[in-house]
Amino acid sequence: MAHTTDALLESDIEAYLTAHENKSLLRFITCGSVDDGKSTLIGRLLYETKLVFEDQLAALHVDSRKVGTQGGDLDFALLLDGLEAEREQGITIDVAYRYFSTEKRKFIVADTPGHEQYTRNMVTGASTADLAVVMIDARKGVLTQTRRHSYLVALLGIGHVVVAVNKLDLVHYSQEVFDRIEADYRAFAEQIGIANVVCIPMSALKGDNLLERSANTPWYSGPSLIPYLETVEVDGPAGERPFRFPVQWVNRPDLNFRGFSGTVVGGDVSLGDKVRVLPGGQTTNVSRIVLGETELDSAIEGQAVTICLADEIDVSRGDVLAAADRPPEVADQFEAHIIWMHEHKMVPRRRYLVKIGTRTVGATIDTPKYRVNVNTLDHIAAKSLELNEIGVANITFDRPVAFDPYDENRDTGGFIIIDRLTNATLGAGLLHFALRRSQNVHWQSLEVDAQAHARLKGHGPAVLWFTGLSGAGKSTIANLVEKRLHGDGVHTTLLDGDNVRHGLNKDLGFTEQDRVENIRRVAEVSKLMFDAGLVVAVSFISPFRSERQMARSIIPEGRFCEVFVDTPLAVAEERDVKGLYRKARAGRLPNFTGIDSPYEAP
Amino acid sequence: MGTTMTDGLSHLERLEAESIHIIREAVAESERPVMLYSVGKDSGVMLHLARKAFAPSPPPFPLLHVDTTFKFSDMYAFRDRMATESGMELLIWRNPEAERLGINPFEHGSSVHTDMWKTEGLKQALDNWGFDCAFGGARRDEEKSRAKERIFSIRSAQHRWDPKQQRPELWRLYNARKAPGESVRVFPISNWTELDVWLYIHRENIPMVPLYLAAPRPVVERDGTLLMVDDDRFPLLDGEVPEMRSVRFRTLGCYPLTGAVESTADTLTEVIQETLLTATSERQGRTIDHDASGSMEKKKQEGYF
Repeated sequence: MAHTTDALLESDIEAYLTAHENKSLLRFITCGSVDDGKSTLIGRLLYETKLVFEDQLAALHVDSRKVGTQGGDLDFALLLDGLEAEREQGITIDVAYRYFSTEKRKFIVADTPGHEQYTRNMVTGASTADLAVVMIDARKGVLTQTRRHSYLVALLGIGHVVVAVNKLDLVHYSQEVFDRIEADYRAFAEQIGIANVVCIPMSALKGDNLLERSANTPWYSGPSLIPYLETVEVDGPAGERPFRFPVQWVNRPDLNFRGFSGTVVGGDVSLGDKVRVLPGGQTTNVSRIVLGETELDSAIEGQAVTICLADEIDVSRGDVLAAADRPPEVADQFEAHIIWMHEHKMVPRRRYLVKIGTRTVGATIDTPKYRVNVNTLDHIAAKSLELNEIGVANITFDRPVAFDPYDENRDTGGFIIIDRLTNATLGAGLLHFALRRSQNVHWQSLEVDAQAHARLKGHGPAVLWFTGLSGAGKSTIANLVEKRLHGDGVHTTLLDGDNVRHGLNKDLGFTEQDRVENIRRVAEVSKLMFDAGLVVAVSFISPFRSERQMARSIIPEGRFCEVFVDTPLAVAEERDVKGLYRKARAGRLPNFTGIDSPYEAP
Repeated sequence: MGTTMTDGLSHLERLEAESIHIIREAVAESERPVMLYSVGKDSGVMLHLARKAFAPSPPPFPLLHVDTTFKFSDMYAFRDRMATESGMELLIWRNPEAERLGINPFEHGSSVHTDMWKTEGLKQALDNWGFDCAFGGARRDEEKSRAKERIFSIRSAQHRWDPKQQRPELWRLYNARKAPGESVRVFPISNWTELDVWLYIHRENIPMVPLYLAAPRPVVERDGTLLMVDDDRFPLLDGEVPEMRSVRFRTLGCYPLTGAVESTADTLTEVIQETLLTATSERQGRTIDHDASGSMEKKKQEGYF
């Protein structure tokens, strides 16, 4: 802890508390692999700022002798490892958050691993960081992984990088080595658009240039690490960004109070300010700002408050209050960077959920325009994105939302992607701009509506969705059902999988993403026929639950009936009317449902 | 450039805002939230933040105390007072099985006692009322495995935590969605350190159980630990006579399992001063973490908060 306030702690506790209550906060991320000495650096930061207590130190002495890698010397990295399995493997495999504090600042450190497969964790840690410390082993210089980390840092919008050129003791504190690494790094940083770079020659193990300038590097005149982190200004100029406030919760204890709770994620707001409610577009003025029992005149970026408005306008969770003269755009189609974070790969056109700000909407992602090789920054053609891959794609939301480009505001430009069925967080995205077509395609309202169709036909519309394995008997049953309905005077149609693949969907194959697109089109066609007033029988294998769910979700409730033709695989294979199972078993028909592609039963 | 850094806010204000944001998100995205209230200082800070988050409304959820019947009597009194002051409903759960068997730390040992009353009791309470979201006051700086736990932590219908299936948490976006039967544990003060908690209590003048302040209390010394004889259930060993000593408590739990420290610090600032000058880490007073390395992680996988 702080050196000058240590004295205050004993002599004048009130002064000490006041000093510490008014510290600022810096969140940073450390990037590098175990070999770079990253864990050693963080352990050392905790140690130097006296955040390691005596009993922890005693445990550290024991552990260092037992499993340490420093030949009996203190192994600071051991202060950090958390989960048991990781400790045994000797690597950190997740994001861990560490805390330390000096007299000037509190620090929150996101500690993330440097291995290629863990892009997910680094992106997570970087999303809340103001600054990044990039570790470079002085013996190795700027490596592929250094470039990868720096690219992610730049992508996530961190404008400040400290390059810790570590293990300088192992190259005899050579200025030449340091200068070469600095020049290499600066050239790369410029290429990827990192504005502020500071390079510090260090030995985390020996403590060189951590707290004060080291005698081992007399040729270095820049700041040492901790003093730099204590003083670096990472804010933009105050008042530069427009006011943004996603509404979390409507606060209505009684008829006399109606407030909107949320966090100011951009700019500031004062009593009387004119604000616009988006995506609706109504404007009004701020009449009260409340934090707990305190009435405020204004609120600034980062504050969580409750705002009352002068006029009674409809505002609910998910809406954004914004500066009336500098509102965000409203759109539903965008180009975005997508970072995939899940073992189940991204499937273009599948319906996912997206959470942006405090709003959750349905969304589909197009086939990526390209994927980024994070090592070379090359653009590579891609049909999908796998775990830890990053690409650029168009994304469509099912409702318009207010947004800013991610480069201007992380909170109104960043989103997460959620699986509809498992609720897992699958990925993250950064919005860049709205596609023009989203502003130019509008819904035409139709005057002959569903009721009108039903009156003329004498019955309401419906969708009967038959699903099951190939050869289960879906089409046979659907045929019989249609014949019977037709006989009763019901207007029907039958969409059959094989038939549709001869026409509308003849461009599609049988990969997972083509199957998803196949069902999406059929669902949309059945919706059109439904709108025309028909009872639509659909006979499709439709193996994936989420696509059947999607089909259900676009048909009005109570009008969609899923029929599972539950024929066991053995029976269907025994029948093998079309000879397809035989081909599939012989390996001549890849991605065949039930054989080498899954069927997810309802 | 869009950083989250803010010119005017101090670190305490930023932590406060983050916690308020988290509490509101959890409430907005769950059906039946509840706040676990353990009466300690971290719980006190969390309750204070909840009240700030929803003022002028009272927090739209009840408080839940999973009782072990062996808390300090001062804690029960303080708990009831805070429930009245906050205008929140207070729910109390005591594991009926533990009650029937008369589980106590003296005869059954700390681990059976904790497991039955706390771990099992908590699961029963959540199931009994059907809560799908429970706030807890755990901090990441308390223990190494907690440093890697998310703020929103999904638990299976069996209340198990799977460290390999944690959801990434980016920006201020928390995914609280869950399947029926699953629940989410939410830790709004994850990013606070012990020092932050003390500074905030000081700054906001948050009420605290008197046990944190030094006072003459009847104690006996066992294996170097000072235990308070809080009621007549405490079985004295041969020759053991409680003596009045000026003591206070660094953490609060069941009185037979919580060691006191000798101290004369009887004001909040003196306690903070003494705490910061003391070089032993906070959880040393709690017997539960000493069992084995990585024990907290095992307990969490089984459903301990």
